Parts: sequence; C-alpha cells; structure tokens
Amino acid sequence: MTWFLLALALVTLGATVLSQMGLGLISTSFVKTLGKTLCLCLVAVAMDVVWGYCGILSLGHMAFFGIGGYAIGQWLMYARTEIIVTESLRQSPLPPTEAEIVAAVGSQIFGVVGSSEFPWIWAFADNLLLQLLMVMLAPGLLALIFGWLAFRSRVTGVYLSILTQAMTLALSLWLFQNDSGLRGNNGLSGLQNIPGLDHLGQDLLSVLFLWASALALGGGYLLFAFVTSGRMGSVIRAIRDDEARLRFLGYQTEHYKLFVFTLTAMVSGLAGALYYPQAGIINPAELAPMASIYLAVWVAIGGRGRLYGAAIGAALVSLLSSWFTGGGAPPLDLGFHVIHWTDWWLVVLGLSFVAVTLFFPKGIGGLFDLIPARRPVPDRQGAFGPDRGARRREEGVPE
Amino acid sequence: MLRMIRLMLAVLAGLLSLPAAAQTLQDILQENPEAIAEPSRRTVGETLDRILASNLPEVPLFLERWRERAVYRRVSDGLFFYAEETEDGYLLFDISTGAPAGGAGRREISALIPNAGVRGAIATALIEFQLSDPDPARRAAALTAITRDPSADHLDPLRESIAAETDPVLKARKERLERILTARFDADPAARIAAISALGHDTGLESRSVLNQILAASPQVAAAIPEGENVARILEPGGADLSREAAYALLVAEGLAPPVPTAQDIRNALVAAIGEGRLPDLDPSSLDSDAARAAAYDRLVAAGSAPPRVTDEAIDAALEAHVFWLGYAEPDPAVTEAARATLDRSLTRVALYQTADIGLDALSLASIYFLAAIGLAITFGVMGVINMAHGEFIMIGAYTAYCVQRVIPDQTLSLAVALPLAFAVAFAAGVAMERLVIRRLSRRPLETLLATFGISIALQQIAKNIFGTQARPLTAPSWLSGSLTLNDVVSISHIRIAIFVLALIFLALLLVVLRRSRLGLEIRAVTQNPGMAASMGIDPDRINMLTFGLGSGIAGIAGVAIGLYAQVTSEMGANYIVQSFMAVVVGGVGNVWGTLAGATLIGGLQKLIEWFNPSNTLAAQTYMILFIIIFIQFRPRGIVALRGRAAGV
Repeated sequence: MTWFLLALALVTLGATVLSQMGLGLISTSFVKTLGKTLCLCLVAVAMDVVWGYCGILSLGHMAFFGIGGYAIGQWLMYARTEIIVTESLRQSPLPPTEAEIVAAVGSQIFGVVGSSEFPWIWAFADNLLLQLLMVMLAPGLLALIFGWLAFRSRVTGVYLSILTQAMTLALSLWLFQNDSGLRGNNGLSGLQNIPGLDHLGQDLLSVLFLWASALALGGGYLLFAFVTSGRMGSVIRAIRDDEARLRFLGYQTEHYKLFVFTLTAMVSGLAGALYYPQAGIINPAELAPMASIYLAVWVAIGGRGRLYGAAIGAALVSLLSSWFTGGGAPPLDLGFHVIHWTDWWLVVLGLSFVAVTLFFPKGIGGLFDLIPARRPVPDRQGAFGPDRGARRREEGVPE
Repeated sequence: MLRMIRLMLAVLAGLLSLPAAAQTLQDILQENPEAIAEPSRRTVGETLDRILASNLPEVPLFLERWRERAVYRRVSDGLFFYAEETEDGYLLFDISTGAPAGGAGRREISALIPNAGVRGAIATALIEFQLSDPDPARRAAALTAITRDPSADHLDPLRESIAAETDPVLKARKERLERILTARFDADPAARIAAISALGHDTGLESRSVLNQILAASPQVAAAIPEGENVARILEPGGADLSREAAYALLVAEGLAPPVPTAQDIRNALVAAIGEGRLPDLDPSSLDSDAARAAAYDRLVAAGSAPPRVTDEAIDAALEAHVFWLGYAEPDPAVTEAARATLDRSLTRVALYQTADIGLDALSLASIYFLAAIGLAITFGVMGVINMAHGEFIMIGAYTAYCVQRVIPDQTLSLAVALPLAFAVAFAAGVAMERLVIRRLSRRPLETLLATFGISIALQQIAKNIFGTQARPLTAPSWLSGSLTLNDVVSISHIRIAIFVLALIFLALLLVVLRRSRLGLEIRAVTQNPGMAASMGIDPDRINMLTFGLGSGIAGIAGVAIGLYAQVTSEMGANYIVQSFMAVVVGGVGNVWGTLAGATLIGGLQKLIEWFNPSNTLAAQTYMILFIIIFIQFRPRGIVALRGRAAGV
C-alpha cells in the first residue's frame, strides 16, 4: 500500500515538475491523459473490490462512472452557457430578467435536440454544490435500488452479470433518446472549460485536475484498503468464496454485498466526475455495456483480488490502447501482410485477454508474488485465483 | 343538369348549323379568344363549359395540351396552334386536325400560360374524359387523381362513368370512390347518410379520412351558442381539450376580449418608450425583474401609450362570460351523427386488425430471438457457461451466407447451400472454441464469460478487418421478397414468414433430437447431473463439445435469417446478444420450451411497447429491460424453472 501511494505521488509530482517550471517537457494533452488514466485506475480499483474481493462481476460500473460524468457535466455546461448568455445579453437595451437568462441558456443547450425547455433532470444544474452531491448520490441511489432488487432475490453468478449488463444497456439506450433530457447522442460537450477558472489556462487546469485525480485515487485506495481489511474484509472475501456457507453461519450476506456494490458505485461516479472535465465531452456511447466489460478486462489483466493490480491493469491497458489505436505504434511488416495496429489492436487485446484468463489467472499483479518476501498467506488465496466462489452450484447446476 | 341541357342545346345548335360549315374547335375558341389567352380562375368555368358543349372529339387533347402549356397563339391573326420547337422557330399544327400548318418565328407566336388555378379547373374538366378513356391505365390514374384531391365537381362525371366501366377491378374502385365522394359532397343528406353507413364495411385509409373530414370540428366561442350550430360538445376552459390560454386566445381571436401583453410585448414597449424618451426619469438598468418591468409598463398604460395588462381575474371573468364548444364544419347533425357512428365502428375493426398485425410482428420477432437464443440456452443449461461470443457465431453464419452468395449467383440455390454451410462453419468454430478455451475453464463460469468476451472482441475486429465496416447485403430470392397483404392494416413480409417457419422447424428438430435420440438422452443426463451421468458411462466432455457445437450451429442459421431481412455487419451479433440473454434468463435455463416462452415474451413485449410509443424504439428497449429486471424479482429462475434435484441447491 505504501509503495502504491509513493508511486502515485512520484508520478503526480514528476508530471507537475516536468510540465510546469517553464520546462514544458510534457505537453498539456499528456498531462490530461495521465489525469484521465488515474481516474480510470480509481474506477478499476472500485471494480476490483466488487469483483475481485466480493465476487460480483458487475458489468455496470462504467455506467456509474458515466452518471458521475453527466452529473458534473450538467453543472459545467449550464454555468458556462450562463456566462456566455449573460455576456451576450449585456448588449441589449434592457438588462435581462432571470427568466430570460434561463430561457436563453435552455435554447442554447437544447437547441440541438429541438427543444428549449429544461427537463426535470436539470433541476439542480445551476447549483454546483447540489450537482457535486449528485455525482455521488445518483450512482449510489441507482446501485442501491438495483442491488437491493437483485441481491434480495438471490441473483448471483453469471445471472447477475447479465442483469447488470442489461441495466447498463437500458441506461445507455435511454440516454441515446433525444427526449431523455440529456441531449441524446450529442451528449454534453465543452466540459474542459471550467466556468470561473478560464483565466488559468488549460495547462494549469490540467495539472490541477491531475492533482485532484491523484488525490481521489489515493483516497479511494485508502478507503478500499480499509474496507477490504479486518473483519469486514474477511466477510467480503468469504462471500466470494462460499456465500451459502456464510449465510448459514448467520451473516446477512445481502447487506454486505449491497454495501460494497453501492460504495463502489459512488466512488465510480466520483472518478467519472473527475474524468470527463479532462476528456471534454461525454456522450451515451461512453456508457455502453462494452465500456464496463473493458473495465473487467483491465482488472483481470492487472490481477484481481489486489487493489494495486487493478490500478496497474487499468493504467497499462488503457495507455497501451490509446497508443495503439491512436496510430502511435509503427506498423508491423510480416512480409505477406502489413499489420496496422489500429485494425489489429482489438484482436491482440481480445486474444491476450483469453490468454490471461487461461494461463495467468492472477494477472500482472501475480508477478509480485514471485518476490520471495511477498508470498501471500496461503489460506486467503485459492489455487485457481480468487474467483472460486462463483461456482456452478450457485447457478442451480450441481457439481 | 344545367350542363346536360347546355350540351343538348349545343348539339341541337350543331345540327341546325350543319348545313353551313361544321363548327371547328378553332371557331369556338375564336368566339372569345381573350378568355382562352388570358384566362382567370373566375372566368375559366364558363369557357370550359363552352368548349365541352361542342362535344368535338379533339377537345380532350386540346385541354390536355392547354393544361401542359403547349398551346400557342399566333400574334398576327390570334389563331391557336400546337407547336413544336425547332432550331430557328416553331412548327405549327392545327388544333382540330393535328395537320402541319406551317412554321413561325420565335416572336410570331406566344405560349398560353394558364395559372395554377386555371390548370386545376382544366384538370377537373379533363377527368371527365379520362374516367371514360379507353386505356384502363389512364382511367386508374384519373381515379388516383380524384382520390388525392376530391372535390364536388368529380361526383357527376364519376357516376356517369360507372355504368360503362368494363374492368371489374376499376369498377369496384369507382364504386368505392363514388361512395366516398357521395358521403362528402352529395347535396342530398339522405344519400350522404346512406353512403356513410356503407363506408362502415371499409377499413381503407381513404374511407377513414373522409369520415374524419366530415367530422372536422374546431373550437368556437360566443356569448351563447347560435341557432342552427352543429355542436360536437361543450368545452370547459382549463379542461383536457381546451387549456385556459387557448380558450383566452380564442376569445382574443374572435375580438371578444383584449389581448394579454406577453413578457416580450412588455419588453418591446419599454424598449421603444425608453428609446423615444417617454420615460426620462427611469433608469433602464433597474428593469431586471418582471415586477419592475410591470410597474414601468403600467406607467405607459396610464399615459395611454400601451394596451393595459390583463389581470387573471379579468381573464377568469371573460372565460366565465362565454360559452366554448367544439363545432362541426358540417351543418347537418344527422350527417355528423352517422359519420361518428360509422367511424367508431370502423375504428373498432381497425383496432382489431392492428392487434392482429402487432401479433404477427411480435411472432416474427420472437422467432428471430428464439433462433438466436436457443443455442445460448442449451449451452448454458448443459455447461453452466455464458457464451459472450454467441453473437459472433450469428455473425459468422451471416458472413458465410454472404460469401456463398458471392460464389453462387442463383439466389435460391445459394440460400439452400448457405443454410447448411452456415451451420457447419459455426458448428466447427463452436467446437474449436469449446476445446481450446472453455474446457480449460470448467468450473469457473465468470472467467469463461470474460474469456468468451475476449474471443468476441477479437472475432468482431477480425471480421471488420476482412469485410470492412460497411454493411453487406444478403439478397433474398425473389420469391421471398414480396409481402402478404390482407388489407390496409395487416401485412407481413414473406421473409418474416420464412423465418417463422425456420424457427418452427428448428424447434421441432431440437425437440426430436433432445427427446428421441441417444445424443439427446445424454445431453439431458449431463444437464441434470454431470457427475452421475459420467459414472453411467457418458463422456461429459464429448457431450459438452457436441452441445456447444449444436448451439453455435443454430446461431449460424439465425445469422443467415437475420442477414436476410437486416444487413450483415460485424456488429450484427452484438445487437441481438442482449435480447438473447434476456430470452434465456426470462425463459429459464436449459429448456427448449422455456426459451420459446422467453423469446415470445420478449418479442411480444418489445412490439407492444413500440405500439404504445411508436416513434421511439430506443425507449421500447429501455422499458423492456426494466421490465425484465423486475420480472427476475418474482421468478429468479425464469418462466420454466427446472424442478426437483435437477434444480440444484
């Protein structure tokens, strides 16, 4: 844990020094990429807690991430448009009334979907504090309701995964509609401009966001390290390994699962709220079920059941992905066929994912176990990796 | 009638003048050439009557050319000609005989350019001829023209033409059209009511639209309802049909109440007043709220330079003092009553047909989901693994069919080859995947899910690299391209029927395999208890492999079916996979009937929600998924749950 936090601080400080101080060795866009990667690490750590520790393969955490992004995006877009509108109305002969400003902001924001009215979902958009609360509350509430329904009726294993995927799909389809009130497939844009902080410039803003992301990741890491240690952590791991037995011992496993599910959803929302101002735009495609599956891929490659593994997996795979798909990697000439990585990266990723699940169930994090001093305590790590809990018995098929 | 008399008089006159030279069309036109050259909507009726009265055979051609702006007038003597443009002028043709009548320079003749209104009148006159035209196609075209733009003038010519109609199809169309026109335009209310009642047996769009036109009504307002008004119903301002604002706007429009200055009006008045210096002591920057603006505006009102604001009490009083009602444009209450009754009856029938249509749609969607989901259900039932790459087997089947179509041009033959080949290719891919990946991950279902997802990404991207991102068409044989149409409401395309039949065939096939064959017995044994099955000498690995191949093969067949009515893309599988999961989860695992029930429920539900909210398929899917999440609450193991020892814990 100490090592992880030290490395995090080192990366953040290093990037700050290299990009500021008049050296300019690192471009603003790279600082943004770093900041975004830290946010992805945070959501991956949350995913690791819910999947690697608690055994719930949730295919919905990227949706919570997106909800957080939408929540902060609403305020960013509203406040910025309000500034622009007020500026332009200053030229008019009469000073604008509040109703006129709201109407003008509405027609600015919703013009693309042929509307000018503010939907109910924007009720708090003018209030930064409330909207910041929504960043955590909206995903938390959704996770609470969904988790309560699902855990109560003892939906487990792959059933639960499919159900969370269905939830994610429903959410993204709903957002794709023009009358959802969140600008349909246009999404929210211009989020990189922080209202009131325009004078700072993007290079300074990017560093500020890098710091915020690093703080959030560090805080989240500490929080989850606390949750997964001690008695609570033992119960959570026991749910993963044999939920039925734990229930027979008198534990209310549903409550623990609901707690973990909701807490990780709220942290995912926070990560999203830090990610999208750096990305600048959010649209419903970001919430598609595919994104949540990729999140599971990162965690699996990084190594489940250890928080640093998830963070390493997310950082490595997302950085590699943007390097390969962004055309950064040189094409590989095989003689009979030239491999362009933009075309073939997904194939490599998919197959390497299969290889990791087949041959290295512990992922990259498993490499740390090779350090002799760090051998894990045997009774907490199963022979098949940490996923033995979700066994066939849970799906109604006896072994 | 008048026209008939005039016609007879004209014929009489023609007979009388027979000893002299027969009157030609040119002579008739020359009686009042200005009416032809410079016609107006008002005078053209009389001119047309005169021309029609001549009964000359060349009249239809002349009217047609006139309408098409192909009649010219020679400037020198005012005679009318048809003309053909040549390199250095025009060739003229006589309008009576069509014989060449010399040439003319560009400036020696001028084209007649009747305006749109006149051309409409000419077209109406022409329809009379077209309805009795020897060419059935032109008669049909005339009927279509009347249907598109019906008017009272068409009624008499239409009735006259029915008796002589020889084509039974056209005759039926004419009679139907005659009923529709009678219902709307006949002078005799009894005839209209009879025609309206007769329309009740007709579910066509035109008959419903004519009834709606008869029932056209608009909100009206007055201090009291005037005598002889055909009232549909009394409206309550602020009720569901008439909002308070709309009611007051109606009063304003009728001049019964002063308009309410809107916020925009107040703003404009203030801007104008400040600009003209009428409010010198006012600081414009203080006008940043509605209250401040209202106060300033009231000063303008007091000065008499703006209309007063209207208070809510005044609006209420004005609404109170008047009666609002929905009034029919049609004055005769008997006619509107008959139309209302007929429309209600006809709408009931239409609703029934629509239900049938939705049922057919739902059935065809359900058969697609069934084909896509059944393979998933079998593998999940037997092996307890979710195959995320199932959608990609659908895609493999579709691309196989596409490749076969490229090789074999004959579409029927290529389809016959593609179906078994798609099965074989997908079967092989499934077996390979089971042996290479899934077998090694047995007892770790969550990891299997993720590993198959990795395969799914890779397969999708490979397909994209090979076939490109654009959609590839899979052409159905021509005998599958039509559709079965019962009436205006119910129709279903042949492809959907074929897919339905395909689904039925595979349902029967699977039932036979699972119930009657040795393989089916072993599959059922492994599904219920793999350990016990193994100790009875069944090799579970072999059964797993074959089951997986079978499920994948059927997905390949589903791919061909989907490709035939949608298009083949690398993402086509992903579009169906979630619905397939839903069908499996809702239906219950490892059971053919369960999957059938699940697919039917999902398909039916999706169509039903689409029907409630037809503009929005996205919303339909959203609501359907929400429904499923709630459904799982009550039946966590699906509709058809395995019971007894097979159900496990």
